[in-house]
Amino acid sequence: MIEATDLCSVPTQSAAIPAIDLKGVTKTYARQDGGAVHALGPVDLRIESGSFVSVVGPSGCGKSTLLRLVAGLEMPNEGIMVRYGAPLDGPSHEVGIVFQEHVLFPWTTVLENVLLPADVLSLPKAASRERAMRLLEMTGLKDFANLRPQMLSGGMKQRAAFCRAMLSDPRLLLLDEPFGALDALTREEMSLELSGLWQELGRTALLITHDIEEAILLGDRVLVMSERPGTIRIDIAVDLPRPRNAETVKLPRFHEIKNHIRDIIFIRAQA
Amino acid sequence: MTVSSSSSLINRAATPLIYLVLLAAWEMLADTLKVPTWILPAPSTIFAAAIKWAPELVHNSWVTLRETVVGFLLAIMLSLPLAILISLNSLARKLLYPVILGLQSVPKVAVAPLIILWFGLSEWPKIIVVVLVCFFPILINMVAGLEAVPNSMLDLMRSLGASPHTMFRRLRVPVALPHFFTGCKVAITFAVIGAVISEFVAAQDGLGYLILISTAQSQTPLAFAAIALLTVLSIALFHGVEFIERRVVDWTP
Repeated sequence: MIEATDLCSVPTQSAAIPAIDLKGVTKTYARQDGGAVHALGPVDLRIESGSFVSVVGPSGCGKSTLLRLVAGLEMPNEGIMVRYGAPLDGPSHEVGIVFQEHVLFPWTTVLENVLLPADVLSLPKAASRERAMRLLEMTGLKDFANLRPQMLSGGMKQRAAFCRAMLSDPRLLLLDEPFGALDALTREEMSLELSGLWQELGRTALLITHDIEEAILLGDRVLVMSERPGTIRIDIAVDLPRPRNAETVKLPRFHEIKNHIRDIIFIRAQA
Repeated sequence: MTVSSSSSLINRAATPLIYLVLLAAWEMLADTLKVPTWILPAPSTIFAAAIKWAPELVHNSWVTLRETVVGFLLAIMLSLPLAILISLNSLARKLLYPVILGLQSVPKVAVAPLIILWFGLSEWPKIIVVVLVCFFPILINMVAGLEAVPNSMLDLMRSLGASPHTMFRRLRVPVALPHFFTGCKVAITFAVIGAVISEFVAAQDGLGYLILISTAQSQTPLAFAAIALLTVLSIALFHGVEFIERRVVDWTP
């Protein structure tokens, strides 16, 4: 069995500095006809180090835009973005991203895919390889390391994508509807698995999803977004015990929180 | 023998079988209808001519093969850097693309005599025609390939802070490879046609030249043998490219 601590080189982070701090962030896209789409904001978002924050919202509410901003893949039109106390002005190797689609390269093996960050960031080869193999072992993909991604099932591909995101030992993990392309059963299985891994690895995480149960099951907090332009309507603390497992979904408290969030989303939608 | 293995045997034998049937029908028709040999020789007559003229056929096949392959390889060497330039630089794209498109619209058969006028009676004018014919399909497909990178993959590389060089090497090139081979497969069939056309215009050897003089001298069986060899050459070259493609592109895009 692998000790999770083997994979954590990041020291316990000072609670004073939040992983992410956004203030008054807005994003507007130019349309082809010359008009503008106000996609997001203003949004204030603070993610404490070591916490798991879920963001739920209807499709097209700008939640993916929010993740792209936090990832540094796009810049806001207004507002201030700070990552670990420094201005957030681009992508960082301290951030790992799991995308909606697995985005594995079909021309190379699962192991080489997981090692992509090592190649791009010029990390030491032998150590990266060892780490990649341990991540693959943790996610049950060890025997598939030398296969092409096309040989894997949807869930396994997403596990490989998770390993790739974790390879550079990022302090912050961004999850953009990571299970969106999977079937319902695999989704739930993967959510629980991710919850376990996250607890072991002790990372900060931001999850974007349209699945309320997934958001609650994984998150310490659930942020509910409004329709476009997306703003954060409410910030709910999820006081469910950890570790969370298949039993968690059966707890009355789980359903209370779920119904509360549904009410907020659907009552607003009718109004 | 099981049903499936016997049906697979029929499947495998079907293609050679239909060729044999067609050849036999041709042979019988030529024989019974008494078609003059200089109009349509029977397959047996063509085969006899091929044996008789074997040294000439081999020599001229070699000439055409060499022109085709050298021209094809030169076209790759020329079109790859241009494709990279066009895909990376929008100014280069604006400057080069209209010119290349314009040149492509000029019928290559029409300029073949000019090229021979300019470059004389060596094998170079023929190679140049082959280059002109091959250049465009390879270039167009390579540019399309270099630009076919999914946004999600670009995002992944950007999120890792990949340099343009890394992005190119690790992402654009592998994405472009299947497109490149598509271009090559189109180009290699054009290449044989290009070589033959330029041999028609002016040459002292090559299969195109052999077809031209043998028909002029009513040596129709020899012309047919040369055409058959050209066909085999063309098919072999296509499969050669496909063979390399399977070695290089060993994934499902």
